[in-house]
Amino acid sequence: MSTTAPTAQAVTPDTLHAARLPRWTSPLVAIGSAAAAVGIGLAAGLHSRVQWGLIAAVLFVIASYVLATAVEGRRQAKDRFATSMIWVTFLLAVIPLASLIWETVERGSKVFSPYFLSHSMGVVADQDPGGGINHAIIGTLQQVALASLIAVPIGLLTAIYLVEYGRGKLAKAVTFFVDVMTGIPSIVAGLFVLSFWILILGFDFSGWAGAMALSILMMPVVVRSTEEMLKLVPNELREASLALGVPKWRTILKVVLPTAIGGITTGVMLAVARIAGETAPVLLLVWVNPFINTNPFDGAQGSLPLYIYQQYAAGSEASYDRAWAAALALIGFIMILNLVARGIARWKAPKTGR
Amino acid sequence: MDIATQTETAPPPPPPATTEQQRASRGATRPGDRIFLGLSRGSGIVLLVIMAAIAAFLTYRAALALSDNTGNFLTTFEWDANAIPPKFGIAVLAFGTVVSSIIALVIAVPVAVGIALFISHYAPRKLAVPIAYVIDLLAAVPSIVYGLWGALVVAPNLTGFYSWLDTVLGWTGIFEYQGGAPRSLMTVGILLAIMILPIITNVSREVFLQAPKMHEEAALALGATRWEVIRMSVLPFGRSGIISASMLGLGRALGETIAVATVLSPTFLISASLLDPGGGTFAQNIASKFNEASEYGRDALIASGLVLFLITLLVNGAARMIIARRKEYSGANA
Amino acid sequence: MAKRIDVSGLSAYYGSHKAIDDISMTVEPRSVTAFIGPSGCGKSTFLRTLNRMHEVTPGGRVEGKVLLDGDDLYASGIDPVNVRRTVGMVFQRPNPFPTMSIFDNVAAGLRLNGSYKKSELNEIVEKSLKGANLWNEVKDRLNKPGSGLSGGQQQRLCIARAIAVEPQVLLMDEPCSALDPISTLAIEDLIGELKERFTIVIVTHNMQQAARVSDRTAFFNLAAVGQPGKLIEIDETERIFSNPSVQATEDYISGRFG
Repeated sequence: MSTTAPTAQAVTPDTLHAARLPRWTSPLVAIGSAAAAVGIGLAAGLHSRVQWGLIAAVLFVIASYVLATAVEGRRQAKDRFATSMIWVTFLLAVIPLASLIWETVERGSKVFSPYFLSHSMGVVADQDPGGGINHAIIGTLQQVALASLIAVPIGLLTAIYLVEYGRGKLAKAVTFFVDVMTGIPSIVAGLFVLSFWILILGFDFSGWAGAMALSILMMPVVVRSTEEMLKLVPNELREASLALGVPKWRTILKVVLPTAIGGITTGVMLAVARIAGETAPVLLLVWVNPFINTNPFDGAQGSLPLYIYQQYAAGSEASYDRAWAAALALIGFIMILNLVARGIARWKAPKTGR
Repeated sequence: MDIATQTETAPPPPPPATTEQQRASRGATRPGDRIFLGLSRGSGIVLLVIMAAIAAFLTYRAALALSDNTGNFLTTFEWDANAIPPKFGIAVLAFGTVVSSIIALVIAVPVAVGIALFISHYAPRKLAVPIAYVIDLLAAVPSIVYGLWGALVVAPNLTGFYSWLDTVLGWTGIFEYQGGAPRSLMTVGILLAIMILPIITNVSREVFLQAPKMHEEAALALGATRWEVIRMSVLPFGRSGIISASMLGLGRALGETIAVATVLSPTFLISASLLDPGGGTFAQNIASKFNEASEYGRDALIASGLVLFLITLLVNGAARMIIARRKEYSGANA
Repeated sequence: MAKRIDVSGLSAYYGSHKAIDDISMTVEPRSVTAFIGPSGCGKSTFLRTLNRMHEVTPGGRVEGKVLLDGDDLYASGIDPVNVRRTVGMVFQRPNPFPTMSIFDNVAAGLRLNGSYKKSELNEIVEKSLKGANLWNEVKDRLNKPGSGLSGGQQQRLCIARAIAVEPQVLLMDEPCSALDPISTLAIEDLIGELKERFTIVIVTHNMQQAARVSDRTAFFNLAAVGQPGKLIEIDETERIFSNPSVQATEDYISGRFG
């Protein structure tokens, strides 16, 4: 039985023991490779800290693998290699986020002030300091509000249709196209409204035109999240209500929706957060207006994301500062929306008994 | 099964019949029920109409532009849509869009799968939740902020890396770097990779979390290490999920506008080197050329937008098909 | 090949909840030991401590000793991966790898450890499938997916997969609970054959099954819901079913509770 020899040998009591690297190896290797990376970086005169980080990561992965191969054997080494690679990927994701937030806060706080929030650009020239984003905030808030007014009812009702009534071909088609709609590039939504509202019907650029495009981007997000929430409502609740002789539509309005309302609100707020940062459709449809225009139905308006783009494109020190400050305001707004939405989700979460 | 047999026995189901059926089976005979059903179904139909309208209006305006085009829309290397007679083609844009998206995928997919595994199988439970939250934050950052950060923070930091790439891989021609501002398709690809990371991570993570515990335990009980468990039971189970997640990410990358427009310094040329500034993408070209476009020029941009629309439609549709097939498959087995 | 297991003072926890309390017993080599008891009494948890599968569950941890021919599985320096190779396991629901063929399923454990020649693999797979009384049913479709088999065949495939790596001990966690009576009978016959070569521990909620297949039987119970499970007694199966020394065992076996 030569064939079973390796297996038989592999199960002798001795192999229960396995040489393991002690627990402190990983941190030690990490510190060591970081130090080595700094050394290499200084010696080779690499300026970018990102490169130092990459070198450290590569060193860490290699060192762990070599050590593990030497002490623990090939399989354990592979396992360690996978583990360290996966840790490195995680760090790779954290670095950009940290850098982005850090840079935005640091560079944005330079001109970020109550004055900045409460004044419009007006006639301030691109290369001069001064001016603010008041007109852009007003524009963005109005556009987002209008978009929500269109998208939320349609999205909610569509989700109700899909979950409560949807059977057959129409529901299948709607489900499929909602998914496809999620993937529509924002610029295409802008081009669509441009072609029929401005080029064919002949209306002017306005906040309303931008809002229509934004609502197209918002609808599928609202449908999806509402659908998920409605599906979480236990069927027993519906049956209990129907068994009491309550008509289906009242059951939906009085039992199903109130149960899911927390999750639905969260979904809507996340959708709002998503469209508030959209630039492309606004660029095509709202045009640009450095003055405050409080009527979204008449003429060009400002918009926060567009303002950032414009100030960046202007290309002067002062305009870069304004772009970062506006980015800080936009990120702040979106993060607050996100946090509040998540707070609501946690607070109002339906008790699913799990 | 029911739906399938129903549709098979009655290939052209007249809409009123379905309404009757539904009314009969669900007892929706009250006015309140009828109105509510009408409203909610109407909303679903509105969504379909919007999709159809997007295709129809874009096609109409694109046709107007294409009828006067003196160049070949697919192969011309120019974009003189405002000129009389107009001459424009999408060859450069198609190249730039595809190349930058592929770079983004090549970078993002392995990293995203790694993070997804980290969250689903490696991180201690207390870490997994905050990390998932960090990924969601990454998804919430608006693309214009990515663009600003990419142009003013990332790009200047890439010169060193690109010079190094040039010395090591410059001989291939693909990684030749002449110096200067690194506002190239490569930089765009790197930025896009960061931007599509969250969606790929989140979809993959969902799939990995669904991987049946019993198969993982089977592998463990055979004496598999953690990585072997993942290779034997999690990755095979999640393969189609990773594919569809990547395609969703690809859809995002193809259509990204403002971040690309901010970072890229566009030229209407195809350069063999990915590190040379220049090139362009569909969406970026629309955003950059829109301000100075004549009415005719706008139609030409709409024509290129239609192409982008069709491409993303195909990519996203394919991704959703894969996901849907998978659902049926796993549903049948459960 | 088969080894003896000595458990002393073993407790297992899920987080802060104690699932089993202070269990000591001996499992004889080349015999079948059955664990019986009401649901939630910790018999499956205890089984999973015998190959260190319990600690895979989030929050799972173990105190006490499990000696495999004198080697403590929970001593420091012991590699759980090696433990699980030495102590094989068959689960409640058949779980062949869905993406692998029948052949690959059986070979899965072998391929993890070192490389085999194709002919060696063929030989071991055939031997294992024969050992699991499955060879005649599948020999013509070794390259078909394992998920295409019936439930009983899948479970025997899992047994073949487990014995292919020649473990010392085979743990079975209610291996027949998802199967029909005929498949159950086939597995029970198989257990009778396998005990010639392996130490077998089987958890079952079917007392007739315990009486049919096992040499020794251990009865587990818990004082109340939320309390940890305890070992009430372990003895020759015949004695447990005819003349148990503890009243609770007799009550359970005669169907007065559980």
